[in-house]
Amino acid sequence: MEQTETKAAQKSLLSRLSGDSYILRLLAITILIFIAFSIVLPGKFFTVRNLQSMAVQFPEFGILAFAIMITMITGGIDLSIVGAANLSAIAAALILTHLGGDGGMSLSLVIPLAMVAALIVGSIAGLINGLLVAKVGITPILATLGTWSLYTGLSYVITGGPAITTTQLAFIGNSSVLGLPIPVIVFALLAVAFSIMLNRTTFGFNVYMLGTNPTAARFSGINIDRVLIRTYWLSGLVASIAGIIFLSRANSAKPDYGASYVLLTVLIAILGGISYTGGVGKVSGLVLAVLSIQFLSTGLNMLMLQLSGSSKAIFFHQFAWGGLLLLVMVINYYSEKWRDKRASEGA
Amino acid sequence: MKRNEFLVAVTIIALVLYIGFRNPVFYTYSNIFDLLRSGTVIGIFAMGVLVVIVSGGIDVSFTAIAVFALYATTKFMVVYAPDAPIWMAFVMASLIGLGLGMINAFFISQFRLPTLIVTLGTLSMFHGFLLFAIGNQIIRNKLPPSMTEFARMALVSIQMDRGIANLHPAIFITIVVAIFTWLLLDYTMLGRGIYALGGAREAAERAGFNINRIQYFIYGFVGLLSGVAGMTFGALNRQANPQDIVGTELNVIAAVVLGGATLTGGRGTVIGTILGVTLVVIANNSLILIGIPPVWQRVVIGIIILIGTGLPAIQERRAGKTVVGLADM
Repeated sequence: MEQTETKAAQKSLLSRLSGDSYILRLLAITILIFIAFSIVLPGKFFTVRNLQSMAVQFPEFGILAFAIMITMITGGIDLSIVGAANLSAIAAALILTHLGGDGGMSLSLVIPLAMVAALIVGSIAGLINGLLVAKVGITPILATLGTWSLYTGLSYVITGGPAITTTQLAFIGNSSVLGLPIPVIVFALLAVAFSIMLNRTTFGFNVYMLGTNPTAARFSGINIDRVLIRTYWLSGLVASIAGIIFLSRANSAKPDYGASYVLLTVLIAILGGISYTGGVGKVSGLVLAVLSIQFLSTGLNMLMLQLSGSSKAIFFHQFAWGGLLLLVMVINYYSEKWRDKRASEGA
Repeated sequence: MKRNEFLVAVTIIALVLYIGFRNPVFYTYSNIFDLLRSGTVIGIFAMGVLVVIVSGGIDVSFTAIAVFALYATTKFMVVYAPDAPIWMAFVMASLIGLGLGMINAFFISQFRLPTLIVTLGTLSMFHGFLLFAIGNQIIRNKLPPSMTEFARMALVSIQMDRGIANLHPAIFITIVVAIFTWLLLDYTMLGRGIYALGGAREAAERAGFNINRIQYFIYGFVGLLSGVAGMTFGALNRQANPQDIVGTELNVIAAVVLGGATLTGGRGTVIGTILGVTLVVIANNSLILIGIPPVWQRVVIGIIILIGTGLPAIQERRAGKTVVGLADM
């Protein structure tokens, strides 16, 4: 009994934590990081060129973070997103290279076709995850670990290993509208769409409800299976959008692209205030977390280059992201405890 | 034998008969010894991962611990003790593994954080630290002589048409680890506690088990075994490559869940895990003998994980249990 009560108390604390004070704190941290690097790296960090280069980098993993976010709000996780993204990119690249080559179909036809194919592949990948979690009843961790291997494996089977190169989507990765790179626009549109979906639709309400208390959700007449299947389908769909961005930026699709993005997106979700117990998380927190991670990444890279050379910077990142993930969780633990104490003193 | 263990055993027998029928090379000593050699390292890992999964957690950092222990030990020996005997290498690697495992245990037990996210973080931390601070070059030519000697050891040598088939005694390490894990899980109070923790944490606490201490043991044990497995891998392959091993987590997890261990029920046995390892090793090494190219490996591993977790999930669902969320692991 005591256990369930403390758990319920933790939940309500977390939901308060994710309220405006948490977002405000995160906003302050993001701005601080930006100012700190601008001071430490004069004439390097706060330049038009660097801002432009950061702007084309973050949408890749930023878009994937939406997929982790929505599955985590339901109390699950989708570890297969990078696998699904690469498989979608490969599907698109295959269509572009086979149908769009010399003497093939016109580009205005092939490019939409390739994109639709990618979205369909991502949708199928997400639906499979949803069915495994909702209908078969496999825990999300193991179900999506399994499909991660499956989707990556299918990418290897299709390509035989090497990358499929195509430059036909480069216009997406390179061009901008009204000064904003297209990947950033896609990221912003997704942020708006997710914000509306989570806050203003019945589906969004059900997603939070399911994550807060699955038993209550079941008894209140929500079709849990349907909510779960839709959640994982959306996750796969978002992954395929990320896959299209991968392809447009790298000009190639390969099975093992972006292997570090799984950790990075989990880090972003936790930093963004999305609770691993489910039921809590806001788009604004996620967007701030994406930006602060990009600032940190670029800033640390520049510092490392000054100090020790490029080959080590990437390894330091690996270390720093893992450490930061643990640090953020420990800080959240103490801030919850502190609030807990203050709440009990107040009462 | 439980039902799913029986199913795995039948699958292995059918697979062995079929592959051997299609390609008699499968039954040669050199192939069987190769399979045992491949099973040696994954078998040691699997015993550690079994204990974690039985306790209701998951560890994805064990490969980083293994390669960290292997590389740090080898580099230390090359610089400070090139003539040290092989057992000292194993002791040092297992102590490094134990220490890193304790870091996992600290975060999991002290702050009650979910095991997946903690070990995802430490996987990246340990591997990043190794590459960044200890070294990122392969050690091959300057390897300590005791490691090269270890690689040449043979328990049984059989003269074949082409070359000699050697059975490496390292398989004994796996056998000893498996027997130890079996005794631990089935015959000690600690083992009962591990099953109880996996079944229902609150009930285990109320029954008087010290959950913190059990968790320190579990993640320390996985770390220690990972150190041993890493050293075995390096010694068998005569090199310490800091990019090895990491990325093979899923093979081990597949073997363990196929053997019947579930994240939800405090279930899983050593026998089942050995069967799971056998099937994964045969699938990874022998598909090529029946004309399935090695690029299919990941697909096969993915399907093994989904079948290994899907069948028990369906059974549990019929029995009326519910899905567990991320926070409960």
